[in-house]
Amino acid sequence: MSEQEKNASQEEKTGLPEVDQVGKNSVANEGVDKRQAEKKLDKDQDDSPKENKKEPSSEQVSNVDPKPTPKGPQPSVTGKSKPAATPRPRSKPKEEKEPLPPSPEEPILNQYVKIIREKIGNEAVEEFFINRANDHLPTLIIKKEAWEQVAKLARDHPDFSFNYMQSCSGVDYETHMEVVIHLCSLRRRKRVCFRVRTDRDRAKVPSLSHIWEAANWNEREIYDLLGIQFENHPKLERILMPDHWVGHPLRKDYVPLDKEV
Amino acid sequence: MLRTEEMILNVGPQHPSTHGVLRLVVKIDGEVIQEAEPVIGYLHRGTEKLAEDLTYTQIIPYTDRMDYLSAMTNNYAICHATEKLMGIEIPERAEFLRVIVMELNRVASHLVWLGTALLDIGAMSPFLYCFRDREKILDLFNELCGARITYNYMRVGGVKWDAPIGWLDKIKNFVEYMREKMKEYHGLIMGNEIFLQRTKGIGIVSHETALSYGLSGANLRCTGVKWDLRKHQPYSIYDRFKFEVPVGTRGDLYDKYVCRMQEINEALQIVDQAVEQFPEGGAIMAKVPRVLRVPEGEVYVGIESPRGELGCHIVSKGKDKPWRLKFRRPSFYNLQILPTMLKGQNIANLVAILGGIDIVLGEVDG
Repeated sequence: MSEQEKNASQEEKTGLPEVDQVGKNSVANEGVDKRQAEKKLDKDQDDSPKENKKEPSSEQVSNVDPKPTPKGPQPSVTGKSKPAATPRPRSKPKEEKEPLPPSPEEPILNQYVKIIREKIGNEAVEEFFINRANDHLPTLIIKKEAWEQVAKLARDHPDFSFNYMQSCSGVDYETHMEVVIHLCSLRRRKRVCFRVRTDRDRAKVPSLSHIWEAANWNEREIYDLLGIQFENHPKLERILMPDHWVGHPLRKDYVPLDKEV
Repeated sequence: MLRTEEMILNVGPQHPSTHGVLRLVVKIDGEVIQEAEPVIGYLHRGTEKLAEDLTYTQIIPYTDRMDYLSAMTNNYAICHATEKLMGIEIPERAEFLRVIVMELNRVASHLVWLGTALLDIGAMSPFLYCFRDREKILDLFNELCGARITYNYMRVGGVKWDAPIGWLDKIKNFVEYMREKMKEYHGLIMGNEIFLQRTKGIGIVSHETALSYGLSGANLRCTGVKWDLRKHQPYSIYDRFKFEVPVGTRGDLYDKYVCRMQEINEALQIVDQAVEQFPEGGAIMAKVPRVLRVPEGEVYVGIESPRGELGCHIVSKGKDKPWRLKFRRPSFYNLQILPTMLKGQNIANLVAILGGIDIVLGEVDG
């Protein structure tokens, strides 16, 4: 029995997990390793010319970050289902280089991209990847100019038929803003995530409220809390905060009036 | 033809029929509603903003206060999303405890709806019966986790408290008791001509409209769309239980009532099965580090709360606090359709329709 296995069995007895450095690292690094491997996969299959390569994305930022790279547990799909904090014996370093098996959603994602590129244009899709942590959710980053068209296509095209908007949220990444929509097709029982990027200073995205009514209040909420403007929105006013409020609270540069609160 | 004049009527924000602090600006012509506009935000506490300065475990009590009628499902949403991003598997026993409390909470929440919605249309006694029975569930929760409304029961990786000795037997007795009571209530309400007159054919929504507005829960299912996340995008251990997804046909208030009543019965059935299959021993917490550093990434999970799809969208940058946390709050989506539903209706139907949607203002305002 190795040192760590002893540790693990001890934890079982006491029921209280010990916070050891190995446990922590394994949690953090598993995710990073997976993502990097995934990124590689995506790059392999994505051979079309990409635009806005220099625009820093959350993934790219993470790659630049000088992170300590102790070898955590090998990244694999099966590893995901096990308790993340379990320290594994390090006697099998060879398995670490095993590439990730292709995601079952890969062909579906490629088909989505193909349809969008055929119908709207080659540059409509900026990036696309499978979000493995989230049940292999196909994720597409759409160009702002094509946002409305892609949304319409996603609702009406029989190969998409995403007739239900699950969620619509805005994220402030400090370098840029993002609007994220999660769509669902009740008929096909498939989900997809579309994201669109916009500048922070003059954040503006076309409104989707005429495509899904559900977007109406959601976009108002995003405008209210993050200050992203939605073009052609029927009533872009504050919804949760009082009308006279100054600033947009969920922006990362927001300064609260009363710091004590 | 009597000449009438348009008038602006203000309803709320302090009005018992608005179930909290909702304000409605209604334009009426005589007794017919021309336009209605909900004004929300009176209960906005900025949960999403607060969450950015809190660790994942610290966020859980805040979720209790969103949908305060079913805090267990709220707890579950945040825990489930975090677990998904971290790749934690939950011990069997914890999963069963979670399902039992979530389904009991669904029953409790629907009982509050039943009582208050009927109170809105003038029936006083069901309110008292429903609250009496809900109290029994709250007592069971009190015994389990020491709180009646804001439980703070779940943790990332499992649940905080194990079932006390004899608790499961009490649940079993309650399910038995509640089944009998449901028959009684059904008979009591269905035989009431006033109730039928006030609900049949009122507040009709087509399924296309319902889908476009992103309605969920009984509000969607009453229009005939069979969509329940427990069945169609299974999470936790719901795929192990047998239960039906009740749907309506017309999408009126009466169908909403029937759907919710059947949902109580189905929830009781799930609880029954969960108690039957409850594992003997085992841990209630997975092994998780004391400081939860969620790996960088993004996750969205949707679960079926009593009011519909409760989603949790986390963007993590690998810190112990979320970069962005967003809740897809079902009441917020469900309330949006209110102006469409009210248009052309008689003013007396306003509270009936609003009561039928089943909103919780704490959730609408976040």
